[in-house]
Amino acid sequence: MKKAFPILGVLTAILLSYALYAALAIAPTERTMGNVQRIFYYHVPSAWTAFILFFINFGASIFYLIKRNPASDIVALVSAEVGVVFCTVVLVTGPIWARPVWGIWWTWDMRLTSTLVLWLIYVSYLFLRRFSSSGETPLLAASLAVLGALCVPFVYFSIWFFRTQHPQPVMGGGGSIDPRMLHVLLINWLAFSCFAFLVCWSRYRLEKLQREVDHAHALQSLLAPPGSVR
Amino acid sequence: MSGNIRYLFAAYAVTWIIHITYLWTIVRRYARLKREIGEWKKPDVRS
Repeated sequence: MKKAFPILGVLTAILLSYALYAALAIAPTERTMGNVQRIFYYHVPSAWTAFILFFINFGASIFYLIKRNPASDIVALVSAEVGVVFCTVVLVTGPIWARPVWGIWWTWDMRLTSTLVLWLIYVSYLFLRRFSSSGETPLLAASLAVLGALCVPFVYFSIWFFRTQHPQPVMGGGGSIDPRMLHVLLINWLAFSCFAFLVCWSRYRLEKLQREVDHAHALQSLLAPPGSVR
Repeated sequence: MSGNIRYLFAAYAVTWIIHITYLWTIVRRYARLKREIGEWKKPDVRS
C-alpha cells in the first residue's frame, strides 16, 4: 500500500496535466462564448466530484449510525472535508464564468442558491466536528450529514424542476454536446476523481494517526502518577 | 469574447490555489503530528 501511493500520485499528476492540455488545446472553442467556456472543464467535474464525495459521506454516516464503526466516521469526515474543497471550487469558478457570459457575478437563481446552501450545510458539519467537545459529536455529525445529503439531489435536479438562468445539463437532460467536448469533460472528471481519491487517502491516514496520538495522550494521562503529566 | 481569456486563466488559477492550499494544510498537520510523535519517542532524561 505504501508503494501504491507514490505510483498513483505520479499517474494522477500525468492525468491532470493531460486533462489541462485537453481542456486548453484539444477541446474545440465554443462559438458564442469563446475561450471562457473552457472553465466548464474544471467547473462541472468539480461539481460531480463534490456530489460523489457528499454521497460517500452519506453512506459512511449511515454505516456509522448503524454499526458505530470508527473507520466509517473517519471516512465521513474526510469525504465531507474534501467535498467542501471541491464545492468551493464550483462556487468560485461559476461566478468567474458568469461575469463575461451573463454580465453579472451572481444571481439568486435556484441552482446557484441551492449549491450555496449545500456548501453551508457541509461547512457547518465541519465546524460541528471541529469545535464540539461532546463525546456524541460523531453521532450528531452523522445525523447532520444524513440531512445534508438530502440537499444533493435537490441541487442536481433543480435545473430540471425550476426555471433557472443556469445552463441546462449536458448529459441526460435533453441537451447536446460536441463529442470532443464530452471526451475532454470526461477526462477532466477522471483526473479530478483520481486527485480527490488521493487527497482523501492522505487525509484518512492523517486523521487515523491523529486519533492514535490523541488516544495515547489520553492513556498517558490516565496511567501517569498525579502531577507528572507534562 | 476573445478578451475573456483572463477569466479562463483566473478560474484555472483559483482552482489550483484552493487545492494547493488545502494540500498544504494537510502536509503541515502531518508534519506537526510527526514532530509530536518524535518528541514522545525521545527518552526522558529526567527518569
